Amino acid sequence: MSRRLILIRVVAVLAVLTGINYVTWRWMDSLNWEAWWIAVPLVIAETYSLVDTFLFAITMWRAKEREGPESAPAGTVDVFITTYNEPVEMVMATARAAKLIAYPHETYVLDDGNRPEMAAAARAEGLGYITRSEDWTDKPRHAKAGNLNNALFETDGEFLLILDADQIPDPLILHRTLGYFGDDEQVALVQTPQWFINVDEADPLGSQAPLFYGPIQQGKDGWNAAFFCGSNAVLRRDALMQLGIVGYVRNLQDSTERTLRAAEKLLAREARRSQSVPELQTELKDLRIEVAQARAAITSGEPIADVTYQLHATINASSSRLVKHDMDMMAEDLAAINALPVQRDAELGALVIDQVGLDALTTRELSPLAAVKSVGALVDALRVDRPDEAQPIQPLATISVTEDMATAMQLHSMGWRSVYHHEILARGLAPEDLQTMLKQRLRWAQGTMQVLLRDNPLAKRGLSAGQRLMYFGTMWSYLAGFAAIVYLSAPVIYLMFGVMPVNAWSGDFFARFLPYFLINQLMFLIVARGIRTWRGQQYSLALFPVWIRACTSSFANVVFKKPLSFVVTRKDGRQDGALPLREVWPQLTAIVLLILALITGIIRVLLGTADGTGTLVNTVWVVYSLAALSIVIQALRYKGPAAHAEEAEGAP
Amino acid sequence: MNLNVSTHAHHAVVRPEGRLTASGAPRLKQAIKKLIDDGHPRIVVDLAQTEFIDSSGLGALIGGLKAARLAEGDLRLAAASDSVKSVLKLTSLDRVLRDHPTVEEAFGDG
Repeated sequence: MSRRLILIRVVAVLAVLTGINYVTWRWMDSLNWEAWWIAVPLVIAETYSLVDTFLFAITMWRAKEREGPESAPAGTVDVFITTYNEPVEMVMATARAAKLIAYPHETYVLDDGNRPEMAAAARAEGLGYITRSEDWTDKPRHAKAGNLNNALFETDGEFLLILDADQIPDPLILHRTLGYFGDDEQVALVQTPQWFINVDEADPLGSQAPLFYGPIQQGKDGWNAAFFCGSNAVLRRDALMQLGIVGYVRNLQDSTERTLRAAEKLLAREARRSQSVPELQTELKDLRIEVAQARAAITSGEPIADVTYQLHATINASSSRLVKHDMDMMAEDLAAINALPVQRDAELGALVIDQVGLDALTTRELSPLAAVKSVGALVDALRVDRPDEAQPIQPLATISVTEDMATAMQLHSMGWRSVYHHEILARGLAPEDLQTMLKQRLRWAQGTMQVLLRDNPLAKRGLSAGQRLMYFGTMWSYLAGFAAIVYLSAPVIYLMFGVMPVNAWSGDFFARFLPYFLINQLMFLIVARGIRTWRGQQYSLALFPVWIRACTSSFANVVFKKPLSFVVTRKDGRQDGALPLREVWPQLTAIVLLILALITGIIRVLLGTADGTGTLVNTVWVVYSLAALSIVIQALRYKGPAAHAEEAEGAP
Repeated sequence: MNLNVSTHAHHAVVRPEGRLTASGAPRLKQAIKKLIDDGHPRIVVDLAQTEFIDSSGLGALIGGLKAARLAEGDLRLAAASDSVKSVLKLTSLDRVLRDHPTVEEAFGDG
């Protein structure tokens, strides 16, 4: 073990212990119950942060710094460039770079926008061009996951390098990564960092994520939980296809079980209703027994395709018997009608048939046909081909708008391994304005919360304890928005109204809080090793409305089936229009309130109506929050990297 | 991979010989599609000479099953070797498709 890792572990243990020491004291001895409405939320927020510290410490516990693969690169490779609406020139720049990748490969442009000019450009360069097949007409498209799934069935490389439309690959990207698959046959994914070239040192939109594409991914890698981040990654086709097949079988088992249950109920009900038609009733009762037997057969391990095939045949035979019976009855009726002379039209001599009456025969209430028809509909749902989806097999997960995280978690749960290779091998473009950046962050957060709600890693079978915590840790971090509201409110309430969330700003408080706080900061410093993390810290507080919206909207989506109003991130520069003040009003309101609180607090001390220590603690707290939130104002004024560079040089 | 196709009175037989992997899967898919288009939607995939199958090969089988059922036929497996059986089991596809002992028995129900 490296000395660095030992140091990290010592500090991590200390951070968690001092944290427990502080938060336990906060719960047991420091709550001001008279102001419980702020005291309790605050201590809950602090407990949330302690759990966050714990999860971060666990993440760093086994951080893995890989030297690179040992095996020589081997295997056939397809390079996929995914695009939806990016400018053709941008896509082609990436595609031309992809063509120049040194390791032998095929390059494909996956155009979800189905644009003729994109197709022409790709073909002119001799590149593969893939759009959705006709199977997808009127079926759920599943965004980028669907685009990739579609392409998987049109190509045959053993490995797939996935690149977003703006990610220019290094010619050596495959040489540096493919060997990992040879080192270990269970490796399904090699992720490399995302790095943005249109971002300068100041990076006002916080696009670079050096802490994530560095210590955090290395930490997750140590637990065999390196994340798949959608681009700049190589995947093993066999692993993805296996995922698709297992998912297909699972889905089929569930839907078959559900459908057969429903069919049994429906048949029982229809049988009760049709007491007046004994032939129908017998037929329905027999069918019900068949369905029950089919269900039992599947439970006892009979293959689903066999059972449903036979059941189909049985139901078809039964419904043709019923239809025949119906027809016979109608023929009898017609004969009877024919026998009545009054029913003949006097002038034409033809039979007058009451069309309305005939129509009624085929409606649900009057005809036995209807009963069979609704059974037929259920049987349709029993089909083994997933008629509701374009492809029965969906290798990339479709349960979330961040298909990458969901897919990697599935791979991990099936025993596949992942690798984080810490070397920049592709360079891309970050959003260039605040609005686009906000949408992107919202989408990431929403996707992560969808995975939490649909496929909770803590409960998911097949994951190791470490993997559970690595996935859960990322999800937990997106709850920060709720804690932020409390962290912003508490000092404002104290400075303005003197309401104290704690008993006293005593020596006890400092003795317990300061070690926790300082060691925590120290841990970050050691882990970051010179990486600038302040931008990330600022945004983790400053984007609190985004985190909250992500939580509420994904909850509404998963539980109440409300659409997420999904937006693809724009990568071709800034959107026009006025300052997007509307997007950041909560942050601006918070800034105003914090400044007012600061002024009020100072006045109250000068007037002698406030406690000096309390005011000092809360002032420091407010100044930190203001420093963090101020990034929003910088971001609002940011006009893209070109303009920023000019300003810095003092050009007109 | 070699692909042998033969048609009989009540069914057609597709026999992939060798390794059925990503590179062979599209050809299997095409062969099945052609049989269905030619009016032979009752298809047996004879796996006796298939040494190895990967997930892409299984994907082609499921695609074929879908196409055959849509054409009111069926796709059935026969005579899988132990290595193929183990992949069927690993992916739990044996819960969906039965491996019939012989090609003749695959459409034993008529």
